[in-house]
Amino acid sequence: MSLISLRKSKVLEGQIDELLDTISRGSLVFRNGIKEYLDGEIGRFEAAIAELTGMESHADELRRTIESRLYLHSLIPEMRGDVLGLLESMDTVINSEKKTLLQFSVEMPDIPAEFCPDFLTLAEGSRSAAEEMVTAVRAFFHDFNMVKNYLHKVYFYEKEADKISDRLKRRIFASGLDLSHKIHLRYFALHIENISDYAEDVADRLSISSIKRSD
Amino acid sequence: MIYLYLLSGVFLGWSLGANDASNVIGTAVATRMLRFRTAAVLCGLFVILGAVHGGAGTTETLGRLGAVNAPAGAFMVTLAAALTVFWMTRLELPVSTTQAIIGSILGWNLFAHSATDAGSLGRIVSSWAASIALSAALAAALYALVRAVMRRRRVRLLDLDARTRLGLILVGAFGAYSLGANNIANVMGVFVPVSPFHDVEIAGLFTLTGTQILFLTGGLAIAAGVLTYSRQVIRKVGNDLLKLSPLAGLIVVLAASITLFLFSSQGLEAWLRARGLPSFPLVPISSSHAIVGGIVGIAAVKRGRNIRFRVLGEIVLGWLATPILAGMITFFGLFILQNVFSQEVFHP
Repeated sequence: MSLISLRKSKVLEGQIDELLDTISRGSLVFRNGIKEYLDGEIGRFEAAIAELTGMESHADELRRTIESRLYLHSLIPEMRGDVLGLLESMDTVINSEKKTLLQFSVEMPDIPAEFCPDFLTLAEGSRSAAEEMVTAVRAFFHDFNMVKNYLHKVYFYEKEADKISDRLKRRIFASGLDLSHKIHLRYFALHIENISDYAEDVADRLSISSIKRSD
Repeated sequence: MIYLYLLSGVFLGWSLGANDASNVIGTAVATRMLRFRTAAVLCGLFVILGAVHGGAGTTETLGRLGAVNAPAGAFMVTLAAALTVFWMTRLELPVSTTQAIIGSILGWNLFAHSATDAGSLGRIVSSWAASIALSAALAAALYALVRAVMRRRRVRLLDLDARTRLGLILVGAFGAYSLGANNIANVMGVFVPVSPFHDVEIAGLFTLTGTQILFLTGGLAIAAGVLTYSRQVIRKVGNDLLKLSPLAGLIVVLAASITLFLFSSQGLEAWLRARGLPSFPLVPISSSHAIVGGIVGIAAVKRGRNIRFRVLGEIVLGWLATPILAGMITFFGLFILQNVFSQEVFHP
């Protein structure tokens, strides 16, 4: 019985790894998509959206499969609620990356060249926060004692993204652009910044789950 | 008539199964690591095995405490213990069947003006204290060891989950065996001197002695109690005293099972004696004592965090009340049997 349980655990572990890989690659594609947009490579930008949309659907499917497996085989019963919450909040990260790229595609914001490096740095910060979040979650499943080592990195990159976003918004509003243009650009800075906030939410959940587990 | 009297032993066995199964499989079921039915069937099978195979040692000690020498007396002694355990079970308290039967035997001794063997009584009561301390020490040591190992090694969440599940099955089986071996004396011990069963050869393969058939009957009653009524107690006791993770629960059950085994294994006792080492007295101890001891041991490692002292106080009060209550019921029950139903409850 327990050998079967061990085999089921291995399958589930593989699926969790696949989900984490998908979310990690999603944040790379997101960062590349922003770069293509800022470089004016709209064709490649649209390809990035298509790729990210596919990844997001795949992540959704994987998440649902993992959730139903957890219930069906009553695996990690005492941690199940925490793990489900973790998976769902991770899903918010890739969802938000996809939505942000789609908003760029729909609204085509006019970003003056002077702000492009800051937008790219901001996207880079959010990507780093999301990637460190994935590493921390992976550690939670594979090497529990290492979780703390990655959590502080998520918090670091989230703070960095906040700082970059704040600086960018101040520069935008200090510029001579129209107010409507300024508000439009702020809106996009906010959306990119939000991705790191969602990664921080996952880190918070992870932190509590880690305390519960180590008790 | 003796078969009718045996029914009180069956009732006590059923009550023990209903109450004490929570000690062995409670954590596994309460933490949802094992389904109730799986755990209960496993527990029932190994309780029977333990009772038939290893139940003789503790029965001798109980017999020395007070040899209840009339079937009607044995009936009332067991019935009083069963009623006490059943009542405590209804109150959802993890009562000690051992204390109930000892209280009942003392009640019989008092009624029959039979001298209580102070040496045996002292040995039993000191073994209870020793079992709590031993279980606490074992659980604390095992828990500290597991924590240290887990801090140094890569721990995979799902791997740990599967291994804990396997551990709960194995330790649950060991715990159930030890429970059967140690506690069958409580259920059927007083009937040994008046047992109606004779040796039976089973298909020319092995022989079941009359005492083993008696223990088999008790074991089946315990298993029935586990299957039919233990779920309620598990729900209450599983997480009440201290919220345990499945791994900590596994350690508690292991510590309690080792303790029960040490106090019931004739083989181990003989092995230790042969080597001139001090051995454990073969005494019926309480699985509830051992489990609570184990939980307190883990709480000590955690420096008392999260333990509910009110629940611990209630349990300890239950332990104090059990033998007194069982003794009183026995005394008045014997009085009624003798004077209302004209039954001989002891041979002078």
